[in-house]
Amino acid sequence: MKDLVACPTLVFPTVDDTNTAYRGVIALLIINKAGGLIYNRTFGEGLNQLNSNDYLVLAGTFHGVHAITARLNPLREHQAAHYHAQQQHQHQASGSLGGGGSSGGGGQGGPLPSRPEPPSGLEVMETENFRLQCFNTQTGTKFLLFTDTMQANVDVAMRKVYDLYADYVMKNPFYQLEMPVRCDMFDRKLNSYIREINNSR
Amino acid sequence: MSNLTPAKGKEQPGLRYPSNGKTIYHRPLNRAKTSELSQASFAYLFSEMVGYASKRIESIQDLEKRLNTQGHPIGLKLLDLLLHREPARTQTRPLTIITLLHLIKQQLWTHLFGRAADGLEKSSDPSRPDEYMIIDNEPLVNRYISVPRDMSQLNCAAFVAGIIEGVCDGSAFPARVTAHSVGKQQATPAADGGGEDGGEGKEMWPGRTVFLVKFAPEVLERESFLGKG
Repeated sequence: MKDLVACPTLVFPTVDDTNTAYRGVIALLIINKAGGLIYNRTFGEGLNQLNSNDYLVLAGTFHGVHAITARLNPLREHQAAHYHAQQQHQHQASGSLGGGGSSGGGGQGGPLPSRPEPPSGLEVMETENFRLQCFNTQTGTKFLLFTDTMQANVDVAMRKVYDLYADYVMKNPFYQLEMPVRCDMFDRKLNSYIREINNSR
Repeated sequence: MSNLTPAKGKEQPGLRYPSNGKTIYHRPLNRAKTSELSQASFAYLFSEMVGYASKRIESIQDLEKRLNTQGHPIGLKLLDLLLHREPARTQTRPLTIITLLHLIKQQLWTHLFGRAADGLEKSSDPSRPDEYMIIDNEPLVNRYISVPRDMSQLNCAAFVAGIIEGVCDGSAFPARVTAHSVGKQQATPAADGGGEDGGEGKEMWPGRTVFLVKFAPEVLERESFLGKG
């Protein structure tokens, strides 16, 4: 935990004068499903950079913390029990009909059993100097967007970054899954998009 | 043995036989409206095609050759289809280099990419009268492709070059067509004559591609005879 808190303060130097504070989107990190750092970029000048090893440590640590926070859910057991009870009820109802498609046909009686939302883990971390937003995709890739604390519509920006990733990384025949992202086109589109947000404020 | 020779019209609906019985062969060849396809599905398909072509290759030229070979039969078949869709009066196959290149720039490009090519030029080098250039500022096939640094000469539009080559070969103008990126690095000497906007265009269109069409000597010879007659 210490690492995680310590590292971002190195990336984003404490600036008390709000006029010179970094505005808008400051940095983007992409972490693959194994916790490896596959993309790392800062936006804006004068940011102190970590050395590449520290970035890898930061990514790995965040991955671990994210996995822990995903399990820190006091209601989890309760939800699971509720879900199973619902399932059983549905099963009995469809069993009396003697139908083959028990799961498909079970829904006709009442509302479909709702599968509990998978725990999302850490989503936002706010500090005095920056705000970290994490977006975890269905496949376990994590996008970390560092913005200033006043940045609005981070969700929209995150969505757009994910769009760009899906287009210019995943549709590139030369990209190998789970490996570091080295795609000129992605860099270019990302830069112009982030510049657009940062200049519009 | 009935499953080996299914009765006509009684095929099971599926990928090959749609439920309404209309296969691709039932559709009229003369479609007035262009039907569009998803660019994302094409991007994934093309990505796999490039991946397939880059298995066990010796060199970049090898990969471009394979992409070219994949495009060639498409060009051969498209030539017939495009000529068929022309109005009856202009349904003849192209007889001169200019009409052929114009067919490629207009009809072929519009059919494939929904717009005409951005430029058509003749090599300004007098020693190479057999070279023509078709210019595309942003080839659709390269839309999502970033070529790694160690393969910088590669241009995946070699597939489109193969299609052009197929059209040229099919209309009895044997030619070699290659795709070259002129977006970032210095333009090739042949493409240098490509107008004064070269410097500006390079900045604006990083993916700018030149398709260099090099006709066989006999084509030039025939063309010169035709010119006299």
